Amino acid sequence: MSAELASGNVTAVELASAHYDRISAVDSDVHAFLHLDREGALAQAASVDGLRKAGERVHPLAGVPLALKDVLTQKGVPTTCGSKMLEGWRPPYDSTVVTNLKKAGVVILGKTNMDEFAMGSSTENSAYGATRNPWDLSRIPGGSGGGSSAALAAFEAPLAIGTDTGGSIRQPAAVTGTVGVKPTYGSVSRYGLVAFSSSLDQAGPCARTVLDTAMLHEVIAGYDPKDSTSINLPVGKMVEAAKKLDIKGMKVGVVKELAGDGYQAGVTTRFNEALEALVSAGAEIIEVSAPSFEYALAAYYLIAPSEASSNLARFDSMRYGIRIGDDGSRSAEEVMKMTREVGFGKEVKRRIILGTYALSSGYYDAYYGSAQKVRTLIKRDYEAAFTKVDVLVSPTCPTTAFKIGEKSDDPLAMYLNDVCTIPVNLAGIGGMSLPCGLAPEDGLPVGFQIMSPAMKDELMYQVGGVLEAALQSSWGKPLYASAPELAVK
Amino acid sequence: MSAISREEVAHLARLSRIAMTDDELDHLSSELGLILESVSKVQAVAAEDIAPTSHAIEMQNVMRPDVVVPSLTTEETLSGAPAREDDRFKVPQILGEE
Repeated sequence: MSAELASGNVTAVELASAHYDRISAVDSDVHAFLHLDREGALAQAASVDGLRKAGERVHPLAGVPLALKDVLTQKGVPTTCGSKMLEGWRPPYDSTVVTNLKKAGVVILGKTNMDEFAMGSSTENSAYGATRNPWDLSRIPGGSGGGSSAALAAFEAPLAIGTDTGGSIRQPAAVTGTVGVKPTYGSVSRYGLVAFSSSLDQAGPCARTVLDTAMLHEVIAGYDPKDSTSINLPVGKMVEAAKKLDIKGMKVGVVKELAGDGYQAGVTTRFNEALEALVSAGAEIIEVSAPSFEYALAAYYLIAPSEASSNLARFDSMRYGIRIGDDGSRSAEEVMKMTREVGFGKEVKRRIILGTYALSSGYYDAYYGSAQKVRTLIKRDYEAAFTKVDVLVSPTCPTTAFKIGEKSDDPLAMYLNDVCTIPVNLAGIGGMSLPCGLAPEDGLPVGFQIMSPAMKDELMYQVGGVLEAALQSSWGKPLYASAPELAVK
Repeated sequence: MSAISREEVAHLARLSRIAMTDDELDHLSSELGLILESVSKVQAVAAEDIAPTSHAIEMQNVMRPDVVVPSLTTEETLSGAPAREDDRFKVPQILGEE
């Protein structure tokens, strides 16, 4: 699309309009979007067209449409985080990610559905209804960023932004046959990203190809003084790495602990085929052990709810968001309690209570404190592994997309989806998921995860680029081209 | 140690400022018991000599020069307020009536 725009074969306005047509045709089934900003998007597109026509130099992604996860603020555009709590809220400022997108001329079509406050692995926890997987409408599109991944797979947008606290970019990418990257913690600004778990949250790029993801990565990453955890180092050359198509002599570590029991047979089959493709491309495969990963899920489900219980205290019905029960007779505290009862969904309440418990005196050391120690152990496992190999790999999730409703009443089963993605967040390193085929037993996409050391995100793109090219040449076409046709309305 | 009583959940809900029905309290106390049982496995490896990690990437305090920069206008700041009075957020009473 970038090349077509540059050559003048298509205008940004035409491209945006075509995507809105597609959204009108299929989104009543997919339900990827919560809000469309048609007016703002077309104005941005027209301005990019004007610059191109005037012969101005513009960014290669200028005029390319994008779907934005509804957890990032965009000035004047509703931002709900998939929660009733923020219904109708129009933030008065842009998140830094949005500022960077606008600067590059990217056209933001609208805001995508998600699990409430990014808590979930299926997008079923949205207060505005579930999103459906374009590969099979009876199945989940992953979560929490299921709206963004579904929009890509349904050809409603070529680019999307997600956020990843425990896998919310990578797991949705895996189950929808798309590409998603969680950058190194601190490399993309969190300013304007509604906080869930501040020490884990990271926004990142999503697309249908590794190269598109790399281009978007370079647009959104970079130092931001408005985020105190932002890393003041130059952004790596992701696009160059994605185009390199050479991994001869690279050492790729397979994590022993992220395989075996509980992994669907078709996931293992496709994962092993991808490993063979890497070997054929000249990489050396080494088995690596990370014994502490066994405890990562447990540590995550203490750390993330603990931070969430503190972060979500801001929704107090005083300054923004909904307010319930303020009839003049009730105290602020009573109104706060009533608002939070109505405003928060089941999973959010569950995590706030769990986090409050883990942080309360008498339990702090046993739960939150112990989880932080596990975090140290996981970091050490990665450090040891990265002395032996350049990148680590695993399946992105143990299974393909499950049915809507299948796990929604069993939080522990739901949490298990994130077993392969969570260690990356706890260690703050980079992680990518890209498609490695369809599981033979159900015909659904399987994700391949690549993990790179902190601030070496370009290595994921280098390996991902090679793997994508090798697999596509064996399939004869990209995986997304095999997606079933959606009924057009 | 993983069982969590209904009274404890009610206390936590009070601390979290979330009103809950009896049904919700019952449901949550059994659910949280299961979750806590599962996550308590972290205690098995959390030996005393391991330093805790709060942030994966090393953090330092960030300072900036004390210079006034443009910020939101009063109108923008109050744009999302559930209730306002003149240029102020209007909130329910915070002190009990005497």
